[in-house]
Amino acid sequence: MKRREFIRAAVPAAVIPSLIGGFTFKAFGASSWLSALTAAQVETDHVLVLIQLNGGNDGLNTVIPIDQYSNLFNARSNIIIPQNKILKLSKTSETGLHPSLTGLQSLYEEGKLNIIQSVGYPSPNFSHFRATDIWLTASDSNQVLNSGWIGRYLNEEYPNFSVGYPNATMPDPLAIQIGSVVSPALQGPGLNMGMAISDPNNFYNLINGIQDSAPNTPSGKELTYIRQVAQQTQQYASVIKSAASKVTQQNPYPTGNSLADQLKIVSRLIAGGLKTRIYMVSIGGFDTHANQVNATQTETGTHAVLLKRVSDAIKAFMDDLRFQNVSKRVMGMTFSEFGRRVKSNASGGTDHGAAAPMFVFGDGVQSGITGNNPTINTVVNVNDNLPMQYDFRSVYASILQNWFCVPTTTLNNVMLKDFQQLNLIKSAYSCNSTNTSNPNLSAGKKLISNYPNPFVDSTNIEIKTQGGHTLLQVFDVQGRMIITLLDSVIAAGIHIVRFENQGWGPGIYYARLQNGSVQQVCTMLIVR
Amino acid sequence: MDRRTLLFGTAKATPTKEVSQRTNSGLAPYTGPFTNADLVHLLKRTLFGVKQSDLNAFKNQSLDQVLSVLLSPAALPSPPINTYNDNSYTDPNVPAGQTWVNAPYTDGTANSRRYNSFKAWWTGLLINQGRSITEKMVLFWHNHFATETADVGDARYVYKHHLLLRNHALGNFKAFVKDVTIDPAMLRYLNGYLNTKAAPDENYSRELQELFTLGKGPNSNYTEADVKAAARVLTGYRVDATTISSSFDANRHDTTNKQFSSFYNNTLIIGKTGAAGAGETDELINMLFLQNELALHICRKLYRFFVYYDIDAAAEAEVIVPLANLFRQNNYEIKPVLLALFRSEHFFDVLNRACMIKSPIDFVINLCREFNIIFPNSTTDSVNAYLMWDYIRSQASNMQQNLGDPPNVAGWPAYYQEPQFYEIWINSDTLPKRNQFSDRFIGTGYSRNSRTIVIDPVAFAAQCTKPEDPNVLINESLSLIYTISVSQQLKDFLKSILLSGQSSDSYWTTAWSDHKNSPHNSSAKAIVTGRLQSFYKYLMNLAEYQLI
Repeated sequence: MKRREFIRAAVPAAVIPSLIGGFTFKAFGASSWLSALTAAQVETDHVLVLIQLNGGNDGLNTVIPIDQYSNLFNARSNIIIPQNKILKLSKTSETGLHPSLTGLQSLYEEGKLNIIQSVGYPSPNFSHFRATDIWLTASDSNQVLNSGWIGRYLNEEYPNFSVGYPNATMPDPLAIQIGSVVSPALQGPGLNMGMAISDPNNFYNLINGIQDSAPNTPSGKELTYIRQVAQQTQQYASVIKSAASKVTQQNPYPTGNSLADQLKIVSRLIAGGLKTRIYMVSIGGFDTHANQVNATQTETGTHAVLLKRVSDAIKAFMDDLRFQNVSKRVMGMTFSEFGRRVKSNASGGTDHGAAAPMFVFGDGVQSGITGNNPTINTVVNVNDNLPMQYDFRSVYASILQNWFCVPTTTLNNVMLKDFQQLNLIKSAYSCNSTNTSNPNLSAGKKLISNYPNPFVDSTNIEIKTQGGHTLLQVFDVQGRMIITLLDSVIAAGIHIVRFENQGWGPGIYYARLQNGSVQQVCTMLIVR
Repeated sequence: MDRRTLLFGTAKATPTKEVSQRTNSGLAPYTGPFTNADLVHLLKRTLFGVKQSDLNAFKNQSLDQVLSVLLSPAALPSPPINTYNDNSYTDPNVPAGQTWVNAPYTDGTANSRRYNSFKAWWTGLLINQGRSITEKMVLFWHNHFATETADVGDARYVYKHHLLLRNHALGNFKAFVKDVTIDPAMLRYLNGYLNTKAAPDENYSRELQELFTLGKGPNSNYTEADVKAAARVLTGYRVDATTISSSFDANRHDTTNKQFSSFYNNTLIIGKTGAAGAGETDELINMLFLQNELALHICRKLYRFFVYYDIDAAAEAEVIVPLANLFRQNNYEIKPVLLALFRSEHFFDVLNRACMIKSPIDFVINLCREFNIIFPNSTTDSVNAYLMWDYIRSQASNMQQNLGDPPNVAGWPAYYQEPQFYEIWINSDTLPKRNQFSDRFIGTGYSRNSRTIVIDPVAFAAQCTKPEDPNVLINESLSLIYTISVSQQLKDFLKSILLSGQSSDSYWTTAWSDHKNSPHNSSAKAIVTGRLQSFYKYLMNLAEYQLI
């Protein structure tokens, strides 16, 4: 089957062209296996690899806003990367990369990397554990969810899992975690949809004998769980071994790099023919409160080593995927539970922060930089954080919709509400060819401004919208959303929205406009 | 929504989960007859595994008699020693066989070998534990006040921190928190020694509130500003790498006033200059211990470590709340809380039996202890004793629990991560590793330097009252190894293993007698050994074996 060949199993073949007009596709008749409850809702051979950077990656030393350099220098002179060491990117002189990120730089130049600026969510949490849960479950800041976003997606795709699995149409694990602990991201509403493996060659044959029925007690619940894992281990051991054994040669990977080791297994399983759509890998150590850099040579040190591992591993992975001839099927994404504080501390490190960039990579990824450089203020206080430009759930939702062809109604069940669509997938690879608006088009145009500024009691925020859904939010300097001024469908043109100071103290505030896939932030100052 | 909730609030929805039956029983004393099954349940939860000799020692004792033994602290062990010199390395500061805990740092190689020495030593203490809850409590506190060796950076700090856990294991929690706050290892682990007035580091302040004392329960509403204020209170501590001690440096202390939120009744800690600045730490701890949430948080953690992870409304009302009251009434003494929990009808409720999945440490240590695996003598053959202990430790580590190195400051996710909790221990990677471990020890064992640690299944079976009767052997083995009862159908299947598929019990009886009568006849021994190995291997491969 070709990459494009996907179908909605529940929809009669004749209807499909109107749903996916413009694409070549091969429709299957309504055969019995299609209507089987165990078939996937959407056929696709696309794969997503999630790379978790545990600890909170310092975004401002990863993707560096060169046009803000002097203010950034004031805020973090003891850890800032020397300007002449910053890696340059073509088509922009304003944004550069940490010198360790040569692999990502070359992916960018090859047109396979998208850098999404200042990704976060309203009212960020600064606890590792809670923030990680927020990212993995895709919840609001003040909402507790017991399922992960990937788990919910897979639950929609394979609604009866694990009853009747594996089967002829889905003989393989739904999601694979490289390592020994399955991520909460893969937790479905009922069951965990993932399986953990650390070495595909070393599966152990569990015994299969008679067993007692499990009583309806907590003990019985745990007994049932352990038995299910035992069963799955057996069921999938052979397909994983067989996929791994099909790949006898791989492009070289860096050694002494745990992320590269993990991605090497992922490439092998993809190339070996597993139909698994989701892989999760992770690398830790990003909680750089102290000694983030070598004081005498700030482009080296702990953070530089970590970033080099990430960048080298991703580059080797992409090269290997191309060597295996599967690179068109695969995209990847990095994420971390938060960025770090704008202002550094005296221990040569940074405390927990808020918004930070994400990397999205793959042959099918729309290359470029999504969003603008964050603005660094002249005076940065110890608690100041970057305002978010994009909600991380916009990234998830865009990938689900355009890479995995998840229909809108299903998407709402997974993401639990509407999120802004971002243009992350090249149109030739995207499920939705109508998605043509380019966020880069608005670069250089001022879409939001306010007057008077500074102000005491109120100010007028002027926005230019292309019409349709328009969102206007105000954040304080620590990233907390303090008010939503507009959240509705309005006509195209210029609108003025009044922002009344309801008792907020003097300081910097950010107004964020979101209109379709476009967003912009303007800085406002409340004075006494 | 008020402004504070708007800005800081976290709506804490109570997760609704499909749960099997739970119980309404509470802290009223357990009044049922104290049976062998009750004793096994109590010992499996409070020790690491139960030996036949433990059951024999407690035979015919009342619950209160057993508890008074279990809740008595174990004596302090002698410290770990240098068994790590070898052909390629000699620690110039520590003679072989002498302890390194008071020696100079030496170098990175010595330090990394001392980490292993420390961990092996601790594993040895677990394997050789007596009949006290001490070892389980030390692990509980290690999970609670979690630290990681590499981040602490020096094995001597790690050892000293461990002694702190051991000394306070059954003591007073408030004194414990104070000592942990100024413990040199903790000061290094959470950057407390870098927390100065010029550049406050919030790391310890946050975890002190979020993890160590108040937790994130539904009514724990301290604010980000409180985290920052507490960080400023705690500015000024330093550590001394020669004496492995901490001190307060007034010059680095933030002497401004610290204002706390309404959650703390708007407490104002007045900034103090000079040595008095250290007194602010006591004020901070006093403030934390005035909060109701603190006792609730600790009691919930104890519950999840000793009873079950699911705290439903009934468990909260009937167990957690009264335990927390008791904790406060007893000025945060730990022992009265444990005593009340372990003599309660809730603890012995049938619905709380066999519902805990063994942690990896439980798994490996229980197996060593229950099957009486004999290790090299720790006095006369200490090098090999440490090597074997290290092997056992490394196996638990491969199953995702590395003694001395929890994944982060929150401890192991099995004790806090909703909704899976203990189930996190078991997945398609770790379950096969558990089976491999038990298969190895019931089989050929592990050999190194011509020493072997292995299960002797014949010796184990011989502890039983009538080993020649396969029905008695099966029942008594199950009642020691499992906490869950099994069906007659499964017992029949187990017997078919001992009988090699034959139908008459006499085949086993004859085989056993042949061996007893001619203990040096190797073929007679092989017959019973092979069958017993298959039998115990099967028992340990079933899901039931993962439960205590």
